[in-house]
Amino acid sequence: MSASPGRIAPKKRPGRRLAAAPTAPSVGATGIDAPSDSIRIRTRGLTKRYDDLVAVDHLDLDIHAGEIFGLLGQNGAGKTTTILMLLGLTEPTSGAARVVGLDPSRGPLQVKRRVGYMPDSVGFYGDLTGRENLRYTARLNRIPAELTETTIDEVLDQVGLTDRADDKTDTYSRGMLQRLGIADALVKDPDVLILDEPTTAIDPLGVTEVLELLRRLVRERGMAVLLSSHLLNQVQSVCDRIGIFASGKLIGQGTMEQLAARFGDGRREVEVGLDLPQGADDRHAREVLRKVPGVESLDDGPRPGDPWTLTVAPGSDPAAVRSAVLAAVAAEGLPLASIRAVLPSLEDVYRRAVARPATAAAARPRPSNEDTPAAEDTPAADARADLDRVPAAAPPPVRVVAPDPVEPVTLPSDPPSPEEKP
Amino acid sequence: MTAVPAQPAPRTRSVPGSGWTVVAAKEFGDHLLSARFFVLVIVLGLAAAIPLYFAAAAIREVASGVTDTQAIFIALFWLAPDVGDQFTLPSVTGFMAYVAPLLGLAFSFDSINGERAQGTLPRLLSQPIHRDDVVNGKFVAGLAVIGLVLVTVVTAIAAFGIIRLGIVPAPAEILRIVLWVLLTFVYVSLWLAFGMLLSVAILRAATSALVGFGAWLLLTFFGGLIVSLIGGIIAPVAGTAEEALRNNGTQEALRRLLPDTLYREASLSLLNPQVTSVSTPATIGSYEQAQQRIPSLLSLDQSFILVWPQVVALVAMTVACFALAYVLFMRQEVRA
Ligand SMILES: Nc1ncnc2c1ncn2[C@@H]1O[C@H](COP(=O)(O)OP(=O)(O)OP(=O)(O)O)[C@@H](O)[C@H]1O
Ligand SMILES: [Mg+2]
Repeated sequence: MSASPGRIAPKKRPGRRLAAAPTAPSVGATGIDAPSDSIRIRTRGLTKRYDDLVAVDHLDLDIHAGEIFGLLGQNGAGKTTTILMLLGLTEPTSGAARVVGLDPSRGPLQVKRRVGYMPDSVGFYGDLTGRENLRYTARLNRIPAELTETTIDEVLDQVGLTDRADDKTDTYSRGMLQRLGIADALVKDPDVLILDEPTTAIDPLGVTEVLELLRRLVRERGMAVLLSSHLLNQVQSVCDRIGIFASGKLIGQGTMEQLAARFGDGRREVEVGLDLPQGADDRHAREVLRKVPGVESLDDGPRPGDPWTLTVAPGSDPAAVRSAVLAAVAAEGLPLASIRAVLPSLEDVYRRAVARPATAAAARPRPSNEDTPAAEDTPAADARADLDRVPAAAPPPVRVVAPDPVEPVTLPSDPPSPEEKP
Repeated sequence: MTAVPAQPAPRTRSVPGSGWTVVAAKEFGDHLLSARFFVLVIVLGLAAAIPLYFAAAAIREVASGVTDTQAIFIALFWLAPDVGDQFTLPSVTGFMAYVAPLLGLAFSFDSINGERAQGTLPRLLSQPIHRDDVVNGKFVAGLAVIGLVLVTVVTAIAAFGIIRLGIVPAPAEILRIVLWVLLTFVYVSLWLAFGMLLSVAILRAATSALVGFGAWLLLTFFGGLIVSLIGGIIAPVAGTAEEALRNNGTQEALRRLLPDTLYREASLSLLNPQVTSVSTPATIGSYEQAQQRIPSLLSLDQSFILVWPQVVALVAMTVACFALAYVLFMRQEVRA
């Protein structure tokens, strides 16, 4: 792969975005479509059933301009189905969605004009070159001919494919196809980018470039990015917020910290590295650190010389503990090499989150059919109303969704399915 | 995150036009550059050249002794030449009846499932085009290629005829040939639409090619046989003359369910002005009438009236196939 770092610098695209055009009256325009709204993707009660399988179950999601949202979940959790509904490629069974303020099932064309999408197993016409494939996309998007070539050059450069652009895509490796897929999604200069497992086959340096590119697009153009992935460290490093899916339900969403607080094991740690010579007596240093108020215990790292891990006592503020540790280190003149707050890894959080619903569902008293008449219809109707009633002001950019068991009774719930009966 | 703009305005500057034209243009280009296009032109050319050669020879033989050369040029298309003992080659139209279905199928059997297999369908459908733009565009591109192939082949035949026979076709003959090309175009479109239907309904291109091929064999070569078999059982040609004629009529109606029969009947009466009737007489009276009829050349509009029902039936079948493909595609999951 010829991709060299630093090629990714996004450039301005003169003339492509014409400002000051009045916002087109959108489909089903009400509150949600107010001009000051920064929400790019919003769903309320979005549900998709395949026969008796609920692929997506009453999904409520808000994704704002200028953020990257990561969708996580086991295979078959419903990520791709959600994405297809957002694009209007699959009809929701119930519930509603708005993408750039439009209803994807009623105005799919306007939505698709402004949403760049890369499917999970992206494919191209093998007997056309990469450039020709992108040209076709540009034509389908009605990009004026005089802008087409510069746009294509630019996106090819952004994904580092310029050298291979004139080879037939039959000859591309899988990672190159994924790069081309990202370029393809960018050709239309989208306001929203939806990427379904975009980096599974891209090499490590390429992934860094791609993630950097996404961050820049978000920062400089205020794009909203929704990406699904199984690569947790990538998600952790690039996503502003993360949503975790399990069997069609969004069991948690929020920033990494919020998720950690909700699904972490409650352990909070500070990692301290001291620059002690090999074999030196470190008992004094241990003693000092151990005595810092709020420190519960001190553990060695896996190898000698590794940083120590201080566990913060329950009820103490980790930030305060860190300051106290710093003060103690300074007072004692210890040779500090590093200090950092240890967050639980996304993998830990994810593991716990996905393991949780099974037990929660078992403990949850299921409503009987008599208690929830027309359970099929009302939530959807409510959801639609809710969707259009949302005030113009953007809600706080982050929130953690309450877990199912503690959610209010008004929450839509399905009738008990046969196999879940005891 | 800085000040976030409102829902950005939709791009105002864009090329007008509708999605299906873009799809059709791309597909048309693909077809022209594809190997199957060349193969088909060659196969079709050969299929036409062989009977053409012998037909021309036969016509020259006849034409030299005949002063009235009216409608002799057009015989090039329908004359089934005798070659050697007892062996008759099919005419140009006969060959066309065999090959035309393949022409239609070849340009459509993998149009949708091929996109699926390549993984390009979700990407294509996520572009700002309507879903039906995909089928419409592909169908139109197929029609365009078919038209191109037919016009090329027929022009070549006519050129050959003019040179070889030394006869310039009369305007009426040219008109008949043009009408016959249109008829063939409709017939090929039927198979194009059928191939489209297969490509939507069957997820694997190889399977849909096989099914299409099977349908072609069945309808073109064994169709008549099967229909006579069924006809022989439900309406045997026996008993009194009236009964026999009636049952014969029933069998004929059955045969008319075959697009192959429709096409052959219609092309024969379009090309050959001597053909005055495409159906067996329904009563003894009409049979006698037909016997007494003086052999004469039909005028073009008379021929046209004769084939009108066949043309309508072929068009209806085409529309039905395409509509079915269309509806199926609109209801299909993007990933299936
Ligand atoms: N066309 C279909 N018919 C029936 N069921 C389907 C169909 N498409 C998807 N499903 C089911 O819907 C559920 C959700 O599928 P989806 O593709 O959204 O999962 P995913 O989260 O994207 O999984 P992965 O991580 O493997 O990509 C799965 O159980 C799948 O079997
Ligand atoms: Mg998926």
